[in-house]
Amino acid sequence: MATRSRPKQQVIIDDAPTLDPLLASREMILVAGSGGVGKTTVAAALGLAAVERQHGSVLVLTVDPARRLASALGLEALGNTPHRIPNDVLVDAGIDPRGELHVAMLDTKAGWDELIRRHAPDAATRDAVLANPLYENITSRFVHSHDYLAMEQLHDLHATGEYDLVIVDTPPSRNALTILDAPSRMADFFGSRLLRWLTVPYRSRMFTFASKPFYQVADRILGSRFLQDVADFFVLFQQMEAGFVHRANEVEALLVDPRTAFVVVSTLEAAPAHEARYLAESLRDRKMTVGAIVANRVLPEHLATTAATDAASEIAGRTGADADGALAALVAERTDTDAEVVDRVLHQMATRFDDLAMVAAREADRRAELATLAATTVTVPWLSGDIHDIGGLGLLACHLRGIVDDAESS
Amino acid sequence: MTDLLDLDLLFVTGKGGVGKTTVAAAIAEVAARSGRSVLVCEMDAKGALATAFEVTELTFEPTEVAPNLHAMSMSTEDSLREYLRLYVKIPLIGRLGVLASTFDFVADAAPGVKEILAVGKLCWEVKERNYDLVVVDAEASGHVVSQIGAPRVIADLVQVGLVREQTQWMLDILEDPERTGVVVTTTPEEMPVIESIELLERLTAETGTHAAAVVANRVLPAMFDRKEQVVARRIADAVPVLVDAVGPGASAVVDAASIIEARRAIGAEHLDRLRAVTGGALAIPIITVPELFSRAHGRRVVTLVADGLDAELG
Repeated sequence: MATRSRPKQQVIIDDAPTLDPLLASREMILVAGSGGVGKTTVAAALGLAAVERQHGSVLVLTVDPARRLASALGLEALGNTPHRIPNDVLVDAGIDPRGELHVAMLDTKAGWDELIRRHAPDAATRDAVLANPLYENITSRFVHSHDYLAMEQLHDLHATGEYDLVIVDTPPSRNALTILDAPSRMADFFGSRLLRWLTVPYRSRMFTFASKPFYQVADRILGSRFLQDVADFFVLFQQMEAGFVHRANEVEALLVDPRTAFVVVSTLEAAPAHEARYLAESLRDRKMTVGAIVANRVLPEHLATTAATDAASEIAGRTGADADGALAALVAERTDTDAEVVDRVLHQMATRFDDLAMVAAREADRRAELATLAATTVTVPWLSGDIHDIGGLGLLACHLRGIVDDAESS
Repeated sequence: MTDLLDLDLLFVTGKGGVGKTTVAAAIAEVAARSGRSVLVCEMDAKGALATAFEVTELTFEPTEVAPNLHAMSMSTEDSLREYLRLYVKIPLIGRLGVLASTFDFVADAAPGVKEILAVGKLCWEVKERNYDLVVVDAEASGHVVSQIGAPRVIADLVQVGLVREQTQWMLDILEDPERTGVVVTTTPEEMPVIESIELLERLTAETGTHAAAVVANRVLPAMFDRKEQVVARRIADAVPVLVDAVGPGASAVVDAASIIEARRAIGAEHLDRLRAVTGGALAIPIITVPELFSRAHGRRVVTLVADGLDAELG
């Protein structure tokens, strides 16, 4: 099985799938997939893989990393500001970097405030928006703002010209696809009837024939005061429309740019694999590039072989109450252990084997299915335990690059 | 569990991918088996609950999916329609389509409006005592606070109007631990457990609603006792012996046991962290559902998880 130690003898197998070419040819990589499949760790490991392989400056923008991983990357309390991981930290973890690795964490609130500052026509509007009680509530809801901000930041960071490659760990969307529509949704929102209706001055709104029946009902249900609060906010917001829409269009263009690719991450359980398939197909429909599929936390393939099943039934038959105990006696003698306990352990191993073998067989099926969706599919084995240090990320990076150790590859 | 099933309204939440929908469906099934009349409601219209019960589609109008068990899919537009019919009494039915879609826009922008239409419908079913138990396949743990807390937000933001007047009776139901409870579903993995702990720590303070139970789903049963664990490790170090005796496949058999044991041990650590939180002043029971090594969806899994819940609760 896979171990946590880094391969001692690194071997690049000629035909082993690798993400090296993708990391070398793209400027922006978006890591997508359903929640809980390891997107954040894969994004961080892609950054490591890139700086191991090539010169240049790489930035990983993560969203909501697990606490221990965040602290390993020095991300606590850094928010939107990118910082460089010192080379000696990488070297200590057994990585020999050629390029520079930078990391940043997405801070939604700070990101929105920054957008408002940038797009506000004057200081008065800016302050009025930032102080509006509805501002935070609304920005966190109405346009899937996490998704949108991640795109915004990607665009910004790419546009600084400071990085050769920007990797973004997309936020956990309820529907992973909402992220792709975030820029156009933003533009749509500003063109919507709702906004026009809300921003008509209160008195004229009362007399606008088209909106009258709706307004009467809305007024009765929600109260005119609340609607007025909402309207005030949008009047302010509307002054920033041109800036926002222009930017949203730029962000959208970036997503279909040939320099951009998506890496779809999935485990091989039913639900995430189904979601990944849907996601990859939808990306293609939208003319976006699926650069690679990463099948994460995969059980070793040899669990699903007939040799393994045969061995399991043989062990099961030669242990337990009805057996002669010879197998257990042999193993006990060679391992210097108690034969009775060995018998129980072997019997348990053999009878529980089918459970995991069945899961491995299903995984193999799903992996084959996912592999049809992109030119490259990389399989990352289940590594014992959660990854929360740079060494663990380095091991993951090896798998992403198609580097496995000698013993494992044979 | 008997206590759990004696509540009127259960919100089942958890991080995405932990089996929230399956657990909601299974709780509903266990309650229905006990003779209670149950409504189970999917909130996000993604169709996962329909898959759980192997029906093509669920609608706002409940469908009987098993004896005593009705299932529905929430629609804020239908909820608004019902609400207007019940309270506003304006003959708008013909025009409501256009109105509702415009309202949808406002609801998108105005905090809490969509949520209160959904939660309001559920509270209404409780208030009218149409069922013994309403089980909600609620938002994921990251969003469930704004869902359940919507009546509070509305009560704060909206000073006048019908919606404002409606919030009090909802809060009476939602904040009563004898009537309403949240079931936090998790798997024995790092991120789901962290999210569950964070949710448990803020739920009651921010919504007034209480956690009723934690369901730890897909928990691997232990393979070995302590003495056997030591021997299992010795065998793992001496695989060639076994390969000589039974053939090359033996290494996979030993690997599989190591993987299951390693996963179980890591999971147990995560659950211990969870227990440290639920066991304290909160005193929330943890209900364990074993890993099924089975297909992940559909009626069969719901039945198996329901059996597991039934057994755990006795």
